Amino acid sequence: MALVEMRGVSKVFPAASRDGSPVHAIDDVDLDVEAGEIYGIVGYSGAGKSTLIRLVNALESATAGSIRVDGTEITGLRERQLQKVRLGIGMIFQQFNLLRSRTVYGNVIYPLQVAGVGKAEAHARVAELLQFVGLAEKAHTYTDQLSGGQKQRVGIARALATSPKLLLADESTSALDPETTQEVLGLLRRVNEELGLTIMVITHEMDVVKSIAHKVAVMEAGRIVERGPVFDVFSDPQQPVTRRFVSTIIDDLPDPEALGALRERHPGRFVRLAFRDEGVRQAEVFAELIARDVTFELVHGGMEDIGGRTFGNLTLSLRGADTDVDAALRAIGARLETRELR
Amino acid sequence: MSPSFDLAATEVLAADTQMGELWPLFWEATWQTLYIVAIALTLGGLIGMGLGLALYVTRPSGLYPNRIVSVVLNVFVNFFRPIPFVILIAALQPMARLVVGIGIGNKAIIFAMTFAAAFGISRIVEQNLVTVDPGVIEAARSMGASRMRIVRTVLVPEALGPLILGYTFAFVAIVDMSAIAGVIGGGGLGNFALQYGYRQFDTVVTWTAVIMIVILVQVVQFGGNALARRVLRR
Repeated sequence: MALVEMRGVSKVFPAASRDGSPVHAIDDVDLDVEAGEIYGIVGYSGAGKSTLIRLVNALESATAGSIRVDGTEITGLRERQLQKVRLGIGMIFQQFNLLRSRTVYGNVIYPLQVAGVGKAEAHARVAELLQFVGLAEKAHTYTDQLSGGQKQRVGIARALATSPKLLLADESTSALDPETTQEVLGLLRRVNEELGLTIMVITHEMDVVKSIAHKVAVMEAGRIVERGPVFDVFSDPQQPVTRRFVSTIIDDLPDPEALGALRERHPGRFVRLAFRDEGVRQAEVFAELIARDVTFELVHGGMEDIGGRTFGNLTLSLRGADTDVDAALRAIGARLETRELR
Repeated sequence: MSPSFDLAATEVLAADTQMGELWPLFWEATWQTLYIVAIALTLGGLIGMGLGLALYVTRPSGLYPNRIVSVVLNVFVNFFRPIPFVILIAALQPMARLVVGIGIGNKAIIFAMTFAAAFGISRIVEQNLVTVDPGVIEAARSMGASRMRIVRTVLVPEALGPLILGYTFAFVAIVDMSAIAGVIGGGGLGNFALQYGYRQFDTVVTWTAVIMIVILVQVVQFGGNALARRVLRR
């Protein structure tokens, strides 16, 4: 059984004004998140991903469907029961949402106080958590004196305090610079690998998904339009919105303008080779070209490594007799997808 | 500078003043102002805090969203708040007789001041709570905190600095109200200044009372600022 199971979940917000129409923020979504996974959810602003993640810890209540977290059906629970459920789910935020009136120590101990943990035990737990996130020496600093990355590490320590099984990350790196983003993502990976937490990450940054997620779901207009293991979705996106997202970090085809410029510099026929299957070696593909006296140049694209698997899109400029080029492309086409750009 | 003018002016001020005999009454008036203001600020402050919290949490995006309660509270507060205090004292007289047993004197004026302060402070409290980042409230909810706990451990502590400044502001307004306690036979510095200064054409008496009020306000404002600075750490 999945740790998070959503079935036919919808969330409709009532119309903002009398003549407005209700907003279908989430529209009939099914989602399974298995224990131990890092599950990325991507989408543009307004796609519903923020609402989706808030349904999991019932900060928003679903208007239809079933949501089970660790076997507990949470739709229809009363506020008091939901408070218990939330103790088992950590959450971190884009703007960190730390209490300014409390020190780092005071922030991390807060959920333990909520949970009614004894003073000595809570104190020891906070020390352990601050050690884990590398902020032991900042315990008595107020949070407005911390950098963004440090703030998010406090947020993570706070979210982990009650030893939850599930961590919800709401755009947790979107307010950070690239270097700090890597630092926080590294920490999240450790949380997943060392502590065994399941993490749901919502983001509009494909880099985040690429670097830490195992699976990804793409949302558009309140629905999940595509989902699967990150490698599969990145290497072979099906939906237009997914392709747009993937293209933000992976070069597929040169855009028309770039293509024109490339053609001026590189005579010859342009062919895009899509490497997907790791069984197909680049050397073997190039050998087919060499064997037929076709010279080639790499003009666009590159190889990507996702979770230890490689794929890529290479656009080559091929020069040689047309019959030779055709024969080479036929031979290559038997191994991988080729597409001639005209 | 003409010495004759100076002399004349000093004579006008000094010759007629009764201040010399009024010191015991002056100190009693000071004490009464402090007493009246302290009780009105404490009671009005507590009721105002409760009302302000209620105004805040019943907003549509609040912790206990409730349209009906919200509208009723707002109409209620808006009804009483704009009434000029002098008129409010008169209007509340019957209610004062019911609640504190008498319609005149210090008890009645404390009742009216508490009433007016509560409504004024409720808006100050509401305004300061609105500035608390909704994100930290959401974070506390996500940690399983109950709504009452959020009010106690997040909302009030996070808004504490501005709240202290708000209450300091309210103190000055309440001192202002206390000045017209005399209309229903209440005491204090305002009454002292009107009765022995203004009505006796004794500017020295009036100004002695004014300076005392200024000192009181300065001391409290200074203390409030210092406290707020400590809480806000800036």
